[in-house]
Amino acid sequence: MIKNPKFWISAVALALIHLAVIGAAFFAPRDPTEQNRDFSMAPPTRIHFFDSRGQFHFRPFVCPGAVEGRRIGPSGYVEDCSNPSPVRFLVSRQTIRNGNTLKASWHLFGVDRPAQIFLMGTDDYGRDLFSRLLYGGQTSLGAGLLAAGFSLTLGLLLGCVAGYFGSWADDVIMRGAELFMALPWIYLLFAVRAFLPLHLDAREAFLLLISVIGLTGWARPARLIRGVVLSARQRGYVLAARGFGASSASIMRRHILPEVSSVALTQAALLVPQYILAEVTFSFLGLGVGEPEPSWGNMLASLQTYSVLEGHWWMFASGLALVPIFLLFYSFADSLLGRFQLLDVYR
Amino acid sequence: MISAVTSRFAQTLLLLFGVSVLAFLFIDLAPGNYLEEMRLNPQISEKTLVALRAEYGLDRPLAVRYVFWLRSVLRGELGFSFAYNSPVWPLLKTRAWNTLILTVTALLTSWMIAIPAGILAAVRVGRWQDRTTAVSTAFLLATPDVLVGLALLAFALHTRWFPSGGMHALTSTETGMLAHAKDLLVHLVLPVTALTAGALPVLVRHVRSAMLEVLTSPFILAARGHGIARAGILIRHALPAAANPLISLLGVSIGTLLSGSLLIEVIMSWPGVGPLVLQAVLERDPYIVIAAIMFSALFLITGNLLADILLYTVDPRIRRTES
Repeated sequence: MIKNPKFWISAVALALIHLAVIGAAFFAPRDPTEQNRDFSMAPPTRIHFFDSRGQFHFRPFVCPGAVEGRRIGPSGYVEDCSNPSPVRFLVSRQTIRNGNTLKASWHLFGVDRPAQIFLMGTDDYGRDLFSRLLYGGQTSLGAGLLAAGFSLTLGLLLGCVAGYFGSWADDVIMRGAELFMALPWIYLLFAVRAFLPLHLDAREAFLLLISVIGLTGWARPARLIRGVVLSARQRGYVLAARGFGASSASIMRRHILPEVSSVALTQAALLVPQYILAEVTFSFLGLGVGEPEPSWGNMLASLQTYSVLEGHWWMFASGLALVPIFLLFYSFADSLLGRFQLLDVYR
Repeated sequence: MISAVTSRFAQTLLLLFGVSVLAFLFIDLAPGNYLEEMRLNPQISEKTLVALRAEYGLDRPLAVRYVFWLRSVLRGELGFSFAYNSPVWPLLKTRAWNTLILTVTALLTSWMIAIPAGILAAVRVGRWQDRTTAVSTAFLLATPDVLVGLALLAFALHTRWFPSGGMHALTSTETGMLAHAKDLLVHLVLPVTALTAGALPVLVRHVRSAMLEVLTSPFILAARGHGIARAGILIRHALPAAANPLISLLGVSIGTLLSGSLLIEVIMSWPGVGPLVLQAVLERDPYIVIAAIMFSALFLITGNLLADILLYTVDPRIRRTES
C-alpha cells in the first residue's frame, strides 16, 4: 500500500479537499449567505499581475467592478482599473450573517473596499460562489460521509449477525435486504421523503437526508459483509478459537471484524460518492437542504432557469467540483481493492 | 423451470404486497396531507374540506383505506389522485409510455456503443484503445447526471440546434405522421445522450472484463492453436461464452427502465413518470407515488426474471444443473 502512488495521491488530495471544506470559515472570504445586491451574477473577478502600463507586480491586484445598468452577466460587468486594489493575505474582516454583523475573524485573503473579490463569481443574490462552494461542501461532503457511515454501521451489524448466526436471523435479514434492493433506489428515497414534512430548516433537512439515505442503503453492504463473514466463519483459526471455548463476541471482535474491515473500508469509498450524489440530487430537486444555506445541489438549482443556464457558466461550479472528487474517491477505492485483493468479492 | 417461474411470481406478489403495506404505514405516520395543504387556500371553506375528507375517505381508519385502495387496484385504477381528480392509472399510463420511449431508445443506444467498445478494449488490452476507454469511462463515471443534463441543455440553448426540452413541438401534431416522428426524434437526442452517458461506463467495463476473462481461457488458446481466424474466434466462440454476466446486466438495465431516468426527465422536462412523481411528492399526492414505486419495483423484478429465463435458455450449463 505504501508503494502504491495511486493510494497516496488520492488519499492526500481527498484529505486536502476535506480540510479546505472544514476550514471554510478561514478559507472562504465571506459568509455564504451574505448578499451583495449590487453584484448580482457577477462573473469571476479577474486577478491581475500586470498594471495598465504593463508593469509586473508580485502582489496580485483586482480592479473594482460593477454591474452596468440592468444588464447582468459577463457582458454587463465592467472593470475600472484606474484605482486597483491589491489582494491582501491573512486579513481580519467582519462578516454579515442574516443581517447581523459578526465579530471580525481571520480570512486567508481579501481585498479592501470598494473592490470585491469573487473567485468564482456570484449568484443571483450576489453571494460569493467560492464561499458558498466551501460552505456547501460541509453540507454535501458531510452528508455523503455521515450517510455512508450510518448505512455501513447498519450493514456491518446486520451482515455480521446474518452471516455469523445464520438460521432464522440470516433468513429474516436477507429477505429484508432483498425487499430493499427490489425497490429502485431513488424512488425509495423519494417515497420516504414524500411522507415527511416538506418544509424543514437546513439542519433538520440535513439530518433527515442522512438518515433516509443511510436507512435505505444498508442492504448492499450487509449482503457483501454477510458473504465475507460466512467464509471467515469456516476458517481454521476461527474453528480453533471456538474449540477453545471463545465466546461469539470475542471471535467476532478478534477474528471476524478484521477480516470484514477491509471490505467495509472499500465499500465506504464507493458509497460516499454515491451518497454525496444523492444529497446533491435531492437538494437540486428542492427536497433536501434549502436556501439560504448552501449545498452543492441547491447551488445548481438556479440553472433550471434558462436565462441563468445560457449566460452564467460559473454557476456550474458546484457540479464541476464533484467530478474530481468522485474521481479521487473511485481511484482511492480502486487502490484499496488492489491492496486487499478484494476483486473477487465485488464480482 | 416452470415451477421456478411460478414461485418467483408468487414472491413478486408478496413483495408488492409488502411494499404497499409499508407505503400506507408511512402515509399514516406522516404529518400533513393533501387537504392540509389545501387549507392554506382562503377560497376553500372548512365545510368543503370536511366534505372532501369524507369523499376521499380520509376520515376512515387506515385498514379501511387500504382495503379501498386494494379494490381500486383490482378495478385497475391504482388509487385516486387528489391533485388531478382522476384515477391514477390513466395518468400513469401515458407518462410511463413516454418514459419507455425515452429509456428504451437510450438502452439500445448504450448497448450498441458499449458492446463494440468493450470488445475493442478487451482485444487491445493494455494498448492505447484500452487506455482511452479506461480513462473516458472513468470520467463519465465521475460526472454526475445532473451536470451532464444541464450541460447538454446549455449546449442546446447556446447552439439552438436542439429543442431545449419537452417531447414535441407545439405544432407537431398538425403536420402529419412523418414530421411528427421526426420531431420526436429531434427531441429525443439530448435526453438519450444524457442517459447513454450515464449508463455507458458501467456497461463498457462489464463487457470488457467479461470478454477479457474469456479471451484468456484455455479453450480460446486451443482455438487459436487450431488456426481459427481471429474474427471467427471472437464472434463464434468468445462472445457467447462471455454472454452470461452481460445478460444479468441486461436484466438490471431493463429493471431500471422506468425509474432510471427520473432526474434527466425533470431537467429536460420530458413528460415522463419522473416529473409526475416529483410533482406528487411536492403536492402530497400519495397514491401516485405509491403506484409509481410499485410499478418500478415490478419492472426491476421482471427485469431480473427475464435475465434468469434468458440465462436458462442460452446457457446449457445452467439448464443441466437445474434438471
